[in-house]
Amino acid sequence: MGLRVAVDQTGPIPLAAEFVCQPGELLALVGPSGSGKTTLLRTIAGLYRPQGGRVECAGEVWFDAERKHSLPPQRRQVGMVFQDYALFPHLTAAQNIQLPLRHLPQPQRSEQAEQWLAKVRLEGLGERYPNALSGGQRQRVALARALARDPKVLLLDEPFSAVDQVTRRRLQRELALLRQQIDIPIVLVTHDLEEAAALADQICVLHNGASLQQDAPESLFKRPASPLVARLLDRHNLFEGVVVDADGKRRLQWGEHYLEVADGLDNLPLGEKVTWYLPPSDIVLHRRGRPSHGERENPIVATVSELVVLGGITSVSLSVNHGDMLRFDIATHAARRNQLTSGAVVKVSLLAAGIYLLPGHRVRADAHDKRK
Amino acid sequence: MDWSALSVSLRLAGFTCLILIPLSLWLGRALAYARFRGKGLCEALVALPLVLPPTVLGFYLLMSFGRDAPVGSFWAELTGRGLNFTFTGILLASLIANLPFAIQPIQRAFEHVPHNLREAAWCSGLSPWQTLLRIELPLVWPGIMSAAALTFAHTLGEFGVILMVGGAIDGETRTLAIAIYDRVQAFDEQGAAQMSALLLLVSFITLGLVYGLAGRRRWVRG
Repeated sequence: MGLRVAVDQTGPIPLAAEFVCQPGELLALVGPSGSGKTTLLRTIAGLYRPQGGRVECAGEVWFDAERKHSLPPQRRQVGMVFQDYALFPHLTAAQNIQLPLRHLPQPQRSEQAEQWLAKVRLEGLGERYPNALSGGQRQRVALARALARDPKVLLLDEPFSAVDQVTRRRLQRELALLRQQIDIPIVLVTHDLEEAAALADQICVLHNGASLQQDAPESLFKRPASPLVARLLDRHNLFEGVVVDADGKRRLQWGEHYLEVADGLDNLPLGEKVTWYLPPSDIVLHRRGRPSHGERENPIVATVSELVVLGGITSVSLSVNHGDMLRFDIATHAARRNQLTSGAVVKVSLLAAGIYLLPGHRVRADAHDKRK
Repeated sequence: MDWSALSVSLRLAGFTCLILIPLSLWLGRALAYARFRGKGLCEALVALPLVLPPTVLGFYLLMSFGRDAPVGSFWAELTGRGLNFTFTGILLASLIANLPFAIQPIQRAFEHVPHNLREAAWCSGLSPWQTLLRIELPLVWPGIMSAAALTFAHTLGEFGVILMVGGAIDGETRTLAIAIYDRVQAFDEQGAAQMSALLLLVSFITLGLVYGLAGRRRWVRG
C-alpha cells in the first residue's frame, strides 16, 4: 500500500526517479532547482504525463505507461497544495474549501468547511476573500482545501517558500501536528534541507531528474550513497584514503594518518582507494589540558584555518598536514573556552564508528555527471 | 426621428453580440491557452479590422458576398437569397468587423487566469466543463463584459462597412449612423442632431451599464 512512483523518460525533461511513501509517512523530495521535484509531484497528481513509468497509490494504479493507462487528476483523489497556493480569488476562504465537497448536500458542505477552518485555526475568517488573508492564512486555506477532499495522498509543493521566516516556523510546526491526524502518504517538495530534515520521515535526493538515494534523514546525513549525494546534502568532510595493513590491522591511510574504522574496512582488498565520509558530529575537539571523551580514537593534529561565528554556533575549518580540510560546528562558548583562534594548533579525534566508506565511489568521479 | 433606423441599429448590435461573444469565448480561450505554429498569424488576422479602413474591409466583403463569389453563391444556394444589401449581409459584415473588439478583451482576460488555478480545480475534482463554468468564467467576466460593451457600441457606430455592404435600405440595412449621414446630406440638421444625440445617449448608457456591472465585484483589488 502507500504510494509507489517510478518515472522514466529521456526528454524533454529527463527523469529517472523511483520512490515510495508509506501511509502516515512524510517523504521529502529534495534537490536543487531543475532537479525535477515539481515535475514528479505533478506526475503523481496527473497534471504531467511522463513517457514511461508507473504511479500506484493505495493499491490503485493511477498511471501505467506500458498499459497506456492514466487517470485524470479529477479521479486520482490527490490533495495538492500549490507553491503559490492557487486559491480561487473569486471565492471566499470557506467557498474555496467547499469546492472539493460538491458531492455533499449544501448544509453538510458548509459544516465540513467550518470544521476544516477550525482545524487550520482560521475560525471566523471563512467569509474573507483570499486577497484579504495573509500569506500564512492563505497557506492554511490551501491546506484545508487539499485535505477536505479526503485525499489518498497529500502533495505539498514548496508550501513554505512564500511566507516569512517566523510564519514558516509556525506553519511547519502546525504541519507536524496536523500529520498526527492523517494517515495518508505525504510528499513534500522542498529545496530547504533543514526543512526536509525537520519534517520528513524519509528523504529522497534528486539530481537532474534522477533519484539518487532515499533514506531516513538521520541515516542519509550519516551515510550518503555517493559523493554527489553528500555534496547535494551540503556535506563536507569527504576524503580519499587507501586500505592498508598497519601492524597486522586493517587501517585507512589518510595522508600520514592510519585511521581506525569501525565498519566495512575488512571487506576491502589492501591497496584499494576509497572515498570516505565523516559526519561533523563525529569529530571531537580535545579540550586543552584535560582528557576528553574518545581521545584515543584516531587523534589528529590540525591547524585552525577558519572560524565563522553564526550566533551560538561556530563553524570550524581545520587544515590537516596533507592539505585536506575538516569541517565541524561547535557551540560558540565552547570555541571560546578552548581558545580557538585562526592559526591555532588543536587536536581532534575522528570517531571510528562515524567513518563511512562510500561504496564503490571515488571522489569527484561523478562531479560533473550529466545524464545521457 | 427615424425609428426604423434605430430598430435596425439595435437589432444589428444585439445579434452581433449574441453571436460573437460565445464564439469569442471559444476563440479567445483557445488563443490564450494554445501554443501552435502560426498563432501570431491568427492574432494578426483577428486584429486586422482594427487597422483596416472600413471602406477597404467593406469593399472586400461586398466582393465576396456577390452571387458569383464563393461566399455569396454558397449563401444563395443555401437560402435562395443574396447577401449584399440585406440585413444578414450587414450582420455578417458586422461580425467580421467586430472580431478584434470581441476576441481581444476575452483573450487577455483568459491569459490573466493563472494556469495553476485550473489545475487546482482539477485536483479539487472539477471536470474541465465545471472548471470553465465555476472558475474561469467568473474570472474572465470583466473581459466578457468589456468585449460585449465594445462590440455593441462599435456596431451602433459602424458606418463605412455597413454602407458598402448594405447600402441604405429603409428598415433593412439603414442603421442610425447611416440615417444621420443621409439627414445631413438632405440638409435636415435638426433630424441629424436628434439622432446623433440619441446615438450618443444609447452608447453612453450601454457602456455605463456594462462597466458598472463589471466593476461591482468585491474580490477585485488592484
